[in-house]
Amino acid sequence: MNAKKAVNFIMFSLTGVCALLTVGILFFILGYMAWRGAASLSWSFFTQLPAPVGEPGGGMANAIVGSGKVLLLATVIGIPIGFLGGVYLNEYAGMTMSFVIRYATDLLNGVPSIVIGIVVWALVVQPMGHYSAMAGGIALGIMMIPISVRSTEEFLHAVPLSLREAAVALGASKWKAIATVVIPAAMRGIITGTMLDFARVAGETAPLLFTALGNSFWSSGYNQPTATLPAMIYTYAISAYDDWHRQAWAAGFVLLALVLTINVIARLVVSRGIHMPRGAA
Amino acid sequence: MAYSLTLLAAGTIFLITAVIFYELYAQSVLPRHKFGWHFLVTQTWDPVAGQFGALPFIYGTVVTSMVAMLIAVPQGIGSAIFLSELAPPRISDALTFMIELLAAVPSVLYGLIGFYVLVPILQADLVPVLRGSLGFLPIFQGAFYGVSYFSAGVVLSIMIVPFIISVSREVLMAVPREQREAALALGSTRWQTTWRVVLPFAFKGIMGSIFLALARALGETMAVTMVVGNTPQIKASLLAPGYSIAAVIANEFTEAVGDLYKSSLIELGLVLFTVTFLINGLARLLILATRRGTAA
Repeated sequence: MNAKKAVNFIMFSLTGVCALLTVGILFFILGYMAWRGAASLSWSFFTQLPAPVGEPGGGMANAIVGSGKVLLLATVIGIPIGFLGGVYLNEYAGMTMSFVIRYATDLLNGVPSIVIGIVVWALVVQPMGHYSAMAGGIALGIMMIPISVRSTEEFLHAVPLSLREAAVALGASKWKAIATVVIPAAMRGIITGTMLDFARVAGETAPLLFTALGNSFWSSGYNQPTATLPAMIYTYAISAYDDWHRQAWAAGFVLLALVLTINVIARLVVSRGIHMPRGAA
Repeated sequence: MAYSLTLLAAGTIFLITAVIFYELYAQSVLPRHKFGWHFLVTQTWDPVAGQFGALPFIYGTVVTSMVAMLIAVPQGIGSAIFLSELAPPRISDALTFMIELLAAVPSVLYGLIGFYVLVPILQADLVPVLRGSLGFLPIFQGAFYGVSYFSAGVVLSIMIVPFIISVSREVLMAVPREQREAALALGSTRWQTTWRVVLPFAFKGIMGSIFLALARALGETMAVTMVVGNTPQIKASLLAPGYSIAAVIANEFTEAVGDLYKSSLIELGLVLFTVTFLINGLARLLILATRRGTAA
């Protein structure tokens, strides 16, 4: 009898240790990034171009703007396709079509990000003859689609049937009911999903390596190689210069702060009181 | 009108997925004709001589992922049991929230911390201890320079643990209360209930979460590239530097000169795509099976 209790106690203690270890890693990462990042961060990080090798100082203003540009394009491409695809899946698709599209979405969600980089290189960079912010935006845009589809579909699915029936009973057409009743009812959830989607691709590095590439200077428009924050962190982190390592920590801190802030706001504020369905994030 | 717009978007999604597969296949025709299946089983990766064999990369991808799974699976399932069976709902929710944040940390930052923090810790503390106790095993022999299969596996394990936890926790929480109550009423302790009733009930779903995590580990690029050592070789020792499929693509793609070199890297992408496709499919089937099981 006592042996049973001892096993019970020991095993549950071990599960507690596992959980605490996992959460402990999060706090370690947060603390360490804040410590190293804050020590390396300065005002010039946000306002200046990268300094040439050997010269101290400099910043990553071009990479911050570059990331903004690439992410803007990605959102403009990924969210409309994902949103409309999600509406189609939940509101219109029959058995066969919903299986096919859902399967394609799951498949796309599972494609390793570096593979998306290769394909966008083959389809955009190769024909254009040069790397560009546009290629980077397309790569991240494709990555945004599956999560957007999923969260739109799940939140639309959660809207009660009685709301639709009420709208249709009042004489609204199917599309009118969807556009004016169903989608607004699901809006907070969809916005939450979009924010989490955005945060996820904001830190993506691999698909940018051979699409947006990088740049030590400003790039204008969407037609030139463009520096981005995650790619810059990678380049600087594996370089041989202490000064660049410091910049990498500063950039890492900024990126982490951005990603986690969006996550916390989306999960705690925007989605307050609504249940987050599985697969929405 | 509105209908066709949504149909168009859905069609685009299907098209993109199809095009990804087609492009990988079409652009890797050169090495497939030249090397055939030998591409997958030869070891030489020599761009100068035009010899391309993927085996060291495949080996490295598999080994780093296995190390990651060995650490992450017990830790993830343990945490999920704690969160679903023991912790009070509010604490469970708060911890789950934090674990989901851990999943949101960009992979390049795992690489950064892995290289500058974890690798030195492994070098100074953990590996000497491992050698002291398990040094007779071939997998812990040979020189250790810090970057290695082992380091990459440890970093990967940290990255995939949140996925195992969040899916497993949901699956465990979906196990009907009656199952637990019946076991407890028969005099089982809570652990016996968990071990003999709840876990078997949720088995398929947990396996699903494991395969989902495995697919992530196989395709993970940045963190592995920064700590694996980037050396195309096959060594029995986990402490030796190695390489992975995703890492070699990330490192060499922009500088690959010549059609054969570039398309060999694309064929590696095709290999990675195919493997993750199969594993993801298996994971979805398993998770779907439990959902159906619990609904009935």
